[in-house]
Amino acid sequence: MTPAAPLTASTAWQAPSRFALLLLALAAVLAFYPLYGEALFPGQHDYFLQKLTAIMILAMLAMSLDLLVGIGGMVSLGHAAFFGLGGYALALFGPEYEAANLWTTLPMTLGAVGLAALVIGALSIRTGGIYFIMITLAFGQMFYYVFNDADFAGGSDGTYIYVRPAVEVFGLKLVDLGDAVTFFYVVFAAMMGTYVFLRVLLASPFGKVLRGIGINPQRVRGVGYNPDAYKLVAFVIGAMLAGLAGYLSAAQFGFVNPSMMSWHHSGTVLVMVILGGLGTLHGAILGAFALEILHAVIEARTEHWLLVLGGLIIVMVLTLPKGIAGLLERLTSPRANRARTGHEDRGES
Amino acid sequence: MKTVAKADIRRMQHASKATPPAAEPVMRVEGLTKSFGGLTAVARVDLIVNAGEAHAVIGPNGAGKSTLVNLLTGHLKPSAGRILFGGRDIAGLPAHKVARLGIGRSYQKTNVFAPLTVWENVWLTGQTALPHAMRFLRPAHTHKAVRERVEEALELVGLTDRAHTPAAAMSHGEQRQLELAMVLATKPRFLALDEPMAGMGPEESEKVVDLLLELRKTYPVLLVEHDMDAVFSIAHTLTVMVNGRVLESGPVEQVRESKAVQDAYLGDGDEDY
Ligand SMILES: Nc1ncnc2c1ncn2[C@@H]1O[C@H](COP(=O)(O)OP(=O)(O)O)[C@@H](O)[C@H]1O
Ligand SMILES: [Mg+2]
Repeated sequence: MTPAAPLTASTAWQAPSRFALLLLALAAVLAFYPLYGEALFPGQHDYFLQKLTAIMILAMLAMSLDLLVGIGGMVSLGHAAFFGLGGYALALFGPEYEAANLWTTLPMTLGAVGLAALVIGALSIRTGGIYFIMITLAFGQMFYYVFNDADFAGGSDGTYIYVRPAVEVFGLKLVDLGDAVTFFYVVFAAMMGTYVFLRVLLASPFGKVLRGIGINPQRVRGVGYNPDAYKLVAFVIGAMLAGLAGYLSAAQFGFVNPSMMSWHHSGTVLVMVILGGLGTLHGAILGAFALEILHAVIEARTEHWLLVLGGLIIVMVLTLPKGIAGLLERLTSPRANRARTGHEDRGES
Repeated sequence: MKTVAKADIRRMQHASKATPPAAEPVMRVEGLTKSFGGLTAVARVDLIVNAGEAHAVIGPNGAGKSTLVNLLTGHLKPSAGRILFGGRDIAGLPAHKVARLGIGRSYQKTNVFAPLTVWENVWLTGQTALPHAMRFLRPAHTHKAVRERVEEALELVGLTDRAHTPAAAMSHGEQRQLELAMVLATKPRFLALDEPMAGMGPEESEKVVDLLLELRKTYPVLLVEHDMDAVFSIAHTLTVMVNGRVLESGPVEQVRESKAVQDAYLGDGDEDY
C-alpha cells in the first residue's frame, strides 16, 4: 500500500515568480516612501505621505471586500457600512478630548462591527445574486441614514476625534500615532498583515471551501458543507477587516461622517476590486492604488475628471478581464501562454 | 484508466460501523413522490437497495431518474414518501446533511469546479474527512488524512498524472472521471451515480464499467444509466421507470424477461431513446 506518487507541487518550495518579485518591489517602493519622498516631491511630501496612508487604508477595505466578492461570490454593495461603523466606533467608544486607548477601543470596535455583520449576514446570506446585492445595499443605506440622523454622532456633519488613539503598555507610549510617518508605517503593517492573514485564510480548509462556494455553491453543498455557514463566517471576517480599516481611517483624519458608509463608497471599493483583479487579494491593493492615483492625476488636470475617469475605468474593465493583477502577471510571465495555466494555481496555494 | 486494485477499493470503503444488519436494506424508498407544479416527475416510487448490491434505474428521457437521484441526495425535497437510509428517514434533509450521512453522488451534467485544478477539485470533496472546514489558520495541505483520500481517489480513476491540470482544460471524458474521483474522495457509504458514462466514448465507457464492477463489490450502488450493455453487466437488480412511475423492479433477469417491460420499453433493438 505505498501511496501514489507524491503530488507535492503545492507544498514544495518554488522560486518566486517574476510577478511575485514585482509585487515585492512595489511594496518596497511604497515602504521606503518616507525616506525618499522629501527629496522627490519637495513641498508636497507631507500631502503625499497622507495620501498614500489613506490609499493603504482603502486597499485594506478593498481586500476585505475581495474576500466576499472575489472568493466567496457575494457581491455586496453595503460593505462601506462596516468601514463607517469602525470609524464611528472609535469616535464613540473613545473619550472626547483625550486619546482613546487602542487596546480597549480596537477590540470593542471589531466586536461591534462583527456583531452588526453577524446580524446583517444572517438576514441576507441565504439570498443569492441580485437579491444579495439589493439587501446589502438596503442595509448599508439604513446605516447611512441612522448615522445621518443621529444626534449623538453629529448627524450629517459627522463628529471629530480630537486626539489619535494611544498605543501604551503600562503607561508607556509604544508608538506615537500622532506622528505622520509612524502612522504611515502602522497602516503599512496593518495592510500587509491583512494581506498575509487573508492568504493564510485562503490556504486553510475554510478558504478552500469558500473558494468552491464562490464558483458553485450547490456543488459544495452536495459534498457536505453548508454554504450559508461558511459565507456567514466570511462575511463577518470581511466586515471586521473593513471595520479595522474604518478605525484607522477615522484615526488618520480625526473625523467621521456618514458618507464613509454611503453606497457610493461601497461602489467605489467594488470598482477597485474589479479593476485590480477579482479574487487575488493583491489585485485589490493594486486596484485601490490605481483608482486613487488616476483620480488624483485626472482631477488635477480637468474639470470633467469624472467623465474621463469613468471612461477610463470602462476601457480598463473591458480590456483587462483579469484586472491589473492579471495584466502584470501576463507581462511578467516568461512565456505568454503560461499565464493561463501554471500561474493561476500557484497564486492560490 | 488503470486496472483497479481491490486493495484500493477496500481502502476507499468506509469503516463498516454504520452498515445495517443484513436483513435491513441499505436504502428503502417508500411512496416517494415529487411534483413540479402540475407535473409529477416521480410518482409513488418504491425501491430497495441491499448491501452489496448494484441497483440500476433505467427509463426513457424524462422518466424521472435524475429527479429520483436528486430526492435521494437531498437536492430536492420530496412532495411525499420516505427515504430510509440505514433505517433512518432522511427525506427532506438538506443535501449537505445527506452527504455527511454517507450518500455520495455524481451528476448527469458534469459538475466540477472548472477554474480549479483536478487536485483542488478532489481536495475540496476529500476534505470532508474533517468533520467540518471551520479551520482557519493551519494550511489545508498539511491535513494528511485528506491528502491520502485525494491520492487514492485520483489513483482509482486514473487521473493521478493530470492532478495539476485545470478541470476546464480537460476532455469531457476526463471530466466525467474527475466527477467520479470527487465522489469517491468523500468515502461514501452509498453511491448514487447519475449516468456516469454520459457522453463518453466507447473506450472510456469500458474503463468506467470496469471501475464500477470493482466498486460494486464494496459499495451499494444506485446506478442511473442509458447504456443497456453496461447496465446488464453491472447491475444485480433493476428498476424500470416510465413517466415517474416504476414499471417493473426486481432482479435483472426477471425484469428483462417481464412482458410489460418487453412491450413498453426494451422491445427489439429499442435502445435508441
Ligand atoms: N426542477 C424542475 N422543475 C420542473 N420540472 C422538472 C425539474 N426537474 C425535472 N423536471 C421534469 O421532471 C421530469 C423528469 O425529469 P428527469 O428526472 O430529469 O428525467 P430523466 O433523468 O429520467 O431523464 C421531466 O419532465 C422534467 O422536465
Ligand atoms: Mg436524467
